[in-house]
Amino acid sequence: MCAVRGLTKTYPAVRGRRGAPGSPEVRATDDVRLDIRRGEIFGLLGPNGAGKSTLVRQLTGLMRPDRGSIEILGHDIVRHPERAARILAYLGQESTALDELTVSLAAETTGRLRGLEVRRAREERDDVLAELGLTSIASRPLNKLSGGQRRLACFAAALVGDRPLLVLDEPTTAMDPVARRAVWAAVNRRRAERGSTVVLVTHNVIEAETVLDRVAVLDRGRVIACDTPAGLKDRVAGEVRVELVWREQAPLEVPEVAALRARAVESGRRWSLRMAPEEARAAVATVTGGAAFAALDDFTLATPSLEDVYLALGGSTQGLVKA
Amino acid sequence: MERKGCRVRAGRGGSNEEEQRDVSVVPAEVLPGVRVADDDAEEAAVLGPRPRLWPSLAAVYRAQLSRARVARIPLLFVATFQSIGIMIMLRGVVSGGDDARSVVAGSSVLVVAYVGLNLLAQYFGQLRANGGLDHYATLPVPASAVVLGAAGAYASFTVPGTVVTAVFGCVLFGLPFAHLWVLLAVIPLAGAALAGLGAALGLLAPRPELATLLGQLGMSAALLLGVLPAHRMPEVVQLVRDALPSTYGVEAFARTFGGDPDWALVLGDLGVCAAVGVASLALATWAYRRAAVR
Repeated sequence: MCAVRGLTKTYPAVRGRRGAPGSPEVRATDDVRLDIRRGEIFGLLGPNGAGKSTLVRQLTGLMRPDRGSIEILGHDIVRHPERAARILAYLGQESTALDELTVSLAAETTGRLRGLEVRRAREERDDVLAELGLTSIASRPLNKLSGGQRRLACFAAALVGDRPLLVLDEPTTAMDPVARRAVWAAVNRRRAERGSTVVLVTHNVIEAETVLDRVAVLDRGRVIACDTPAGLKDRVAGEVRVELVWREQAPLEVPEVAALRARAVESGRRWSLRMAPEEARAAVATVTGGAAFAALDDFTLATPSLEDVYLALGGSTQGLVKA
Repeated sequence: MERKGCRVRAGRGGSNEEEQRDVSVVPAEVLPGVRVADDDAEEAAVLGPRPRLWPSLAAVYRAQLSRARVARIPLLFVATFQSIGIMIMLRGVVSGGDDARSVVAGSSVLVVAYVGLNLLAQYFGQLRANGGLDHYATLPVPASAVVLGAAGAYASFTVPGTVVTAVFGCVLFGLPFAHLWVLLAVIPLAGAALAGLGAALGLLAPRPELATLLGQLGMSAALLLGVLPAHRMPEVVQLVRDALPSTYGVEAFARTFGGDPDWALVLGDLGVCAAVGVASLALATWAYRRAAVR
């Protein structure tokens, strides 16, 4: 339902002003190719700066690519970006356009601007607010709500005026588990009842693993892999992840620990290692005995996550969130 | 996972929107459970409805007006107090006659300049800078509806302040109330001109600080050149004054305080406001389209 071919967008180099360094040319999306199927929850996973938002801005007609094509439900979005607004609903990261409106008016106005008649807009507004549990705060302005509630209210606005494609840019940021469940329940209901398709931008690997049908992994503007979460994890199936947290510092006087260090990704007192299962067993045996155990604060042994896939594919780990 | 019915047939090769508009739409949900195996991408799906200008303008207007209740009331007080303060200050200098008329008219229109020009420039400048325009840009709403709705709402915000200022000024300077009804024409027309200018400045300024600065400068110009009596200014300044759209609103209003106003001149001044309003709102609409797709 959505085909992207050779999509490229380069931000020009910025010349430095006095006191401020310039920035070089950045290729925000680099020859991106995607095929999103109808009824799918399709994820774009990558750390900040990987090009997810630029890609989404091009899909939603907000930004023209330098090269490449985007076709959504048979419409050429590069040539007719204004059609995107009549095919898809977009939940961006900013809520400033709705901030001073009440939850109820934000949803109703958005519905009317999607072309609904007043009565229909109000009916859909009431249904969506009830579905997401927002009825009790319907008369409060968005900027008086907590971050998670505000996000949920914006999500509600995105749902009013049914669209076959929902493009959600980190919809669950700052939400509590109840609100997150409401979001995914609403998404799944639309998919089951209407065949809606969802493009989800996330940097949360746990969320990606639980809700996505397929995921494209982005790094520095390129799609470095695209598969189901399980399919991606199969690529590193032969490995497990060992996480070690030291009390103060690693006991490097133990030779086995010193040997492990070479393979560890260190962040403060935490070491993260990917290794074959038998190696992992040996490593765990080492650190849970003798001098090393005295210095150990915590350890975990886990099957690989999408983060490991991302690392194995050569991505830089900074910016992915596990929560 | 795929269903028939989402892909509604809409005239083959019907990428032409004119052709599609009249096609009756069978929504996906009326055909549940029918599945297709492949996702043939040859036929274009029917687009969502295109909102018409007036309903979407009304929706934007209503939403913008509601923002006043939440966030703008203190600013409206500031606008009114500023104008009343200026009149009280000038009361000691100006005793009556033509000067008093231009002080009252200038102070009243200043409320419109403060809210329409200054605050709207700030609003659009910030909306553009922090991505708030994306919300409107990803809705199929006509650009003119967003601009006119916001400008109209901001012009409406000024009604109470302008009326209060005018009435207070009439009392303070002993001017007749007889033709105050002309505010019914002055507020929307000066409002259109100034709010259009404010929207255009906010949407064209490359940075939000610049939008704020331009809005403030515009308001300062309206203050200095509108409130102070024109005949005491040097010639160059008078030329600048003639170039400012708020001047014509001030002049139109000031003329009506006379015993027997020359209505042709009043209409002429209001006509200039209307023309500037149309031009600046058209410019703002163009600026909105430009700002929305980058």
